[in-house]
Amino acid sequence: MLYREAGQFKASFAEDMQIFPIRQDRIAMVLLLAFAFLGVPLFASEYWFSAILIPFLIFALASLGLNILTGYCGQLSLGTAAFMAVGAYAAYNFQLRVEGIPILVSFALAGFTAAAVGVLFGLPSLRIKGFYLAVATLAAQFFIVWCLTKFPWLSNNSSSGVISTQKIRILGIAFDSPAAKYLLVLTIVTLMALAAKNLARSTTGRAWMAVRDMDVAAQVIGIPLMHTKLTAFAVSSFYCGVAGALYAFCYLGSVEPDGFSLDLSFRILFMVIIGGVGTVLGSFLGAAFILLLPILLDTTLLPTAHALGLPFSNATVSHIQTMVFGALIMFFLIVEPHGLARLWQITKEKLRLWPFPH
Amino acid sequence: MQFFFEALIGGLLSGVMYSLVALGFVLIFKASGVFNFAQGAMVFFAALTVVGFIGKGVPLPLAIVLAFGAMVLLGLATERFVLRKLVGQPPISLFMATIGLAFFIEGLAPMLWGSEVRPIELGIQDEPIPWLLERFDIVVSRFDLVASGIAAALVAVLAIFFQKTRIGRALRAVADDHQAALSIGIPLERIWAIVWAVAGFVALVAGLLWGSRNGVQFALTFTALKALPVLVLGGFDSVAGAIVGGLIIGASEKLAEIYLPPLMQAGFGGNFGGIEGWFPYVLALLFLLVRPEGLFGEKHIDRV
Repeated sequence: MLYREAGQFKASFAEDMQIFPIRQDRIAMVLLLAFAFLGVPLFASEYWFSAILIPFLIFALASLGLNILTGYCGQLSLGTAAFMAVGAYAAYNFQLRVEGIPILVSFALAGFTAAAVGVLFGLPSLRIKGFYLAVATLAAQFFIVWCLTKFPWLSNNSSSGVISTQKIRILGIAFDSPAAKYLLVLTIVTLMALAAKNLARSTTGRAWMAVRDMDVAAQVIGIPLMHTKLTAFAVSSFYCGVAGALYAFCYLGSVEPDGFSLDLSFRILFMVIIGGVGTVLGSFLGAAFILLLPILLDTTLLPTAHALGLPFSNATVSHIQTMVFGALIMFFLIVEPHGLARLWQITKEKLRLWPFPH
Repeated sequence: MQFFFEALIGGLLSGVMYSLVALGFVLIFKASGVFNFAQGAMVFFAALTVVGFIGKGVPLPLAIVLAFGAMVLLGLATERFVLRKLVGQPPISLFMATIGLAFFIEGLAPMLWGSEVRPIELGIQDEPIPWLLERFDIVVSRFDLVASGIAAALVAVLAIFFQKTRIGRALRAVADDHQAALSIGIPLERIWAIVWAVAGFVALVAGLLWGSRNGVQFALTFTALKALPVLVLGGFDSVAGAIVGGLIIGASEKLAEIYLPPLMQAGFGGNFGGIEGWFPYVLALLFLLVRPEGLFGEKHIDRV
């Protein structure tokens, strides 16, 4: 009943092609955005902004980037964090070295820098695929982090490559409170998520999916492999680069190259798998899940263990966290390879029929 | 020149250690088509289990046997609860599942045995061999040499096992074509169990050797990251490739670490150590551009 589509007629091609073809989806989306932009700043505390909401949005953007590459184009990458690092350091350097450059421009330029680097490391994908490519992207991971540590120019001669980001000012307004940063991140992420959703339905997106499903067949029907794969790498790295810039400027404020470790890459990969490979929604769900899970374990495990009289230390909790992450990945791959996004689809199906089960 | 040879020999010997880990990858890939990212975690788990049992007062040989038992159990559990349910999924899904497995083991091992760094004593001294030192003035550690000997012996045994025994033949048949192997009566599940047990054994040997060199600690999981470029270079499905790849990577990374930073320093100024971390990857990557299937890998033909 809630999702009844009967009576929603599409009378023009434009209506048929819109991003959210179902009225309920459009209403829900508007309500959600209104709540995120207007409601959340009223209720949320400082802790919620800086410890949960901002990182959630940034990681969602990064996993959206990886999802474009892995979920839509089928090229597995283990170097996501490295592309984020490129974005963070590029934005820092643009702010530092170009006089009076607006911060949003330097974010965009950071994205383009990351895209260029991404294309460079995507070149091997033309000849290799699958596991070989995954290993090749590890080269990006280690090489980029090493470069950022060893070339002092990139971090303005700071020791061991630590950078402290500049203050954010847009049109003379300072964005220094958590709420203001949240709104800035939210705006950027919303726009980029919409762009990704649109891109996935365009010629480019369809070409990506064709390459993902069977690259040889895609080539046979006339899709240029080189162009398709490299655009996927470019767009994906662009997203990761912007996410990295936001990560440095709006979340941490001060980052070091080693912070963009392989571990971070894996965490973003987990977000994509758990959220749902090849969906925009999945990137958000996965990011929320992976971010909230440790907080949940932290708050529940220790008290439960103490209540049961078990000798639990903080180290044990972190080991259990690692185990739970690993087990969840295997669980999702076995039971629900399409991730949390699929659960939402199932819910929608049920709501269509509700309250009658058949 | 003498310094060069010393570096070269040191690199080759550590390359043998990389080969040992790479071998674990190759075995599982050859017999089941799964690229097991958890191999490094298995090395860590094996070494930690041995040390853990020794800590409980078990003598070394018995501890090794018990650890082998644990590795077999781990392999069987992986096959039973993860791989069997993922049959028919794309290889990339299986690969990601083994990343999950790696995380699981990396949490499990220190939870069972604690996470502090512990030494392991195999009774081989890590000192230069006097004969080589006097004769050629080259420092070669006795430990490295013995470790390479063990690795070489293991490789020889595995090669014979794969080529000459009935089980070895069955393994190769399964790797070629699951369906065909099943239809001529090869028990697929038992074969996979054997493969994981053998890979567990290789991980155990690697864990003992690496662990007695650097101490048993979490860093052992990074051995997997050392072995990946070796695999790429040698080809995923070739035992010989793992050996040759390991030697090339080991030698070239040592030489690069010694000879590249001064060159870069002259060019850019500053300190450029730590090339070892990425050099093997970039080398492997460049190699892939020329020969995508690796040195000894099988050429793959795609059909629509």
